[in-house]
Amino acid sequence: MNKIAGVLLAAAGAVALGGIALHRQEPINALWIVTAAVCVYALGYRFYAAWVAARVLGVDPSRATPAERHDNGRDFVPTHRWIAFGHHFAAIAGPGPLVGPTLAAQFGYLPGTLWILVGAVLGGCVQDMTILLLSTRRDGRSLGQMARDELGPLGGFAALIGTLLIMILLIAVLGLVVVNAMKHSPWSTATVFATIPVAILVGLHLRRLRPGRILEASLIGVTLVLLAVLGGGWVDGQPLLRGLFDWSSLPLAGFVIGYGWIAAILPVWLLLAPRDYLSTFLKLGTVALLAVAIVMLHPQIRMPALTSFVDGHGPIFGGKIFPFVFITIACGAVSGFHALVASGTTPKLIASEADVRLIGYGSMMLESFVAIMAMIAATLLDPGVFFAINTGAGVVGAAPAAAVHTISSWGFPVTVEQMQTLAHEMGESTLFARTGGAPSLAVGMASIFGNTFGRGLLSVWYHFAIMFEAVFILSTLDAGTRVGRFMLQDLLGHVYAPLGRTSWYPSVLFSSTLIVAGWGYFLYVGVIDPNGGVNILWPLFGIANQMLAAIALSVATGILVKSGKTRYAAVTLVPLAWLAIVTTVAAWQKIVSADPRIGLLAAAHQLSAHLTAGTLPTQAAAVAPQLIFNQRLDAWLTGFFMAVLWLVILDMGRVCLRKVRGLPVATTSEAPYQAARLQPFALSGRLPQEGST
Amino acid sequence: MRRAVPRAIARAVAATLAWLRAVSGDDAYERYLTHHARAHEGPPLDRRAFYEERELRKWSGVSRCC
Repeated sequence: MNKIAGVLLAAAGAVALGGIALHRQEPINALWIVTAAVCVYALGYRFYAAWVAARVLGVDPSRATPAERHDNGRDFVPTHRWIAFGHHFAAIAGPGPLVGPTLAAQFGYLPGTLWILVGAVLGGCVQDMTILLLSTRRDGRSLGQMARDELGPLGGFAALIGTLLIMILLIAVLGLVVVNAMKHSPWSTATVFATIPVAILVGLHLRRLRPGRILEASLIGVTLVLLAVLGGGWVDGQPLLRGLFDWSSLPLAGFVIGYGWIAAILPVWLLLAPRDYLSTFLKLGTVALLAVAIVMLHPQIRMPALTSFVDGHGPIFGGKIFPFVFITIACGAVSGFHALVASGTTPKLIASEADVRLIGYGSMMLESFVAIMAMIAATLLDPGVFFAINTGAGVVGAAPAAAVHTISSWGFPVTVEQMQTLAHEMGESTLFARTGGAPSLAVGMASIFGNTFGRGLLSVWYHFAIMFEAVFILSTLDAGTRVGRFMLQDLLGHVYAPLGRTSWYPSVLFSSTLIVAGWGYFLYVGVIDPNGGVNILWPLFGIANQMLAAIALSVATGILVKSGKTRYAAVTLVPLAWLAIVTTVAAWQKIVSADPRIGLLAAAHQLSAHLTAGTLPTQAAAVAPQLIFNQRLDAWLTGFFMAVLWLVILDMGRVCLRKVRGLPVATTSEAPYQAARLQPFALSGRLPQEGST
Repeated sequence: MRRAVPRAIARAVAATLAWLRAVSGDDAYERYLTHHARAHEGPPLDRRAFYEERELRKWSGVSRCC
């Protein structure tokens, strides 16, 4: 029976992929992509994941998990696998898979889609499942601790520094995405502002009025933010209020920085935790709604399979399809960040080792599917419209007429009237140069939702999508600042012990300020950059995230070899090798390329030449020194990432070589075997072993 | 036969609700009480103290991602 299902799936997948391959010169329906994706995931899960779990990882359901051994009713709690799946998915799914595919759509729909599918099934899902099992076998130790125990102090330190820097870059680029979505959009700004008091209200409800009634408080909160979307529309219609919420990007960046700082030093129950409940429910709801709407509407994809920008002169970010599509789409294909969630929180919930396939591999499959949906939402737009929204004014010119002229000359016709009509439909004054991916995703989602559930509400759907992304991003920003603060305190504690005390308020203030200043700086430079900033920051974040994935896969490979599974090491070694190649080539080009659209140093050089020659307009000349400094700093940072990456890989190679030669290596930190006694679960509570149902 | 479909729907709704309660942590306190009664002595934490402790623990590590 299973075999027949497998064969049918393989056939359906082959037909769908064949359909994609054969439709190269004509518009293709999104259903082909959805079908191909679902079949690839199903086959990957049924065959590859099952094989990796059983053979390579040696998943053993008879072995007691830390949740069972240390069950304390608090953090170690054996949890039903579908509930743990929900927890894990909610934790790993952030705004990353929404932004990356949107930007990578400049190459056409095909490269990104293939990478999302192949990268997830063979790379990202494997990484998540492997780290989840390895951490479960080690009492839920973190990636950094595992790197230190299994490879050496170098690996542990690299993981810590890498994580801290990624956090800073991630928050900066996400902050930039939010700023670009809100600038000169009173409706969006008013709505996003309103979500803050709503979150505080939910926080007060949960702490004072009815402690811990999360479902009812979230329901109230979600209703209020939905009303805030409508309220934003009303504000937009009032000339006085409209002016009050019409902010340009610099003050908005100041707002985001101030917000991040305040959120980091306030108690978690007041802002961070309640905002996260809102964002989790919105996330689960919107993802489900989007999937239903895409299947119901099954829109045509308008973007070509491949655009001429694969040769490296793309307007959204510079660089050829190799390696940059693999850097731009990190989350959704392979995300190193997931290794941090898969080691730490989730392993403490695993009731049985048999569950790691669903929770580790399965959650990442779903996240990958979110990325596929983002790709569909971006590519169903007219390509001309897509480029007009996503290209910075520095590339195509600030005047609409100049922008449409340039974009049309690339072979993607678009007119000023078309953009005006669209902006009017979406309830915005303009959609030109709204870089960062959020606005174009919102336009895509609005057209999907609008055409499925009622066309009259386009502007409401657009601002719902913006609010959804912003709530999501601000919640990552809060949480990321807090985690960054803990890591920094951990580091600073080695310098001056009291700074390491996480509850000592002066240390909290000091370290929070440092972290916020770190990402605030990158956000500020991104905002003043006439090219939109995302074109520099996003690849940098991608490189950092893939570097973290490579560190995680190095730890996994090292452990596989040490535990005598060298012949299966290719399972993690192949994705590791691919990521190492991709990130190294990308980093190399970002540093040394003579093309200023790619090379950071070349760009700095060109800009300073223009500055000395006095050929820059006054406004550009004023910010040029800061941009030059930032480009040089980014080049150094990229070089630093590469140094860390290769140190860890070499360290892993050293450990593996010693093991293969029969030399002593650090003993494994795996907890000793203990037989599982836990009985199967029902969704609500524990079933007796001989259940009557 | 005629009652089977509504019953299946009711079961699905109940299961979804139970799942949502568990995933959001809405039923965390009840679970804690069950655990406490089974494994510990002395009075358990009250609802508010448990909620506060749970939030602090949840936000002390990496529990959100990109």
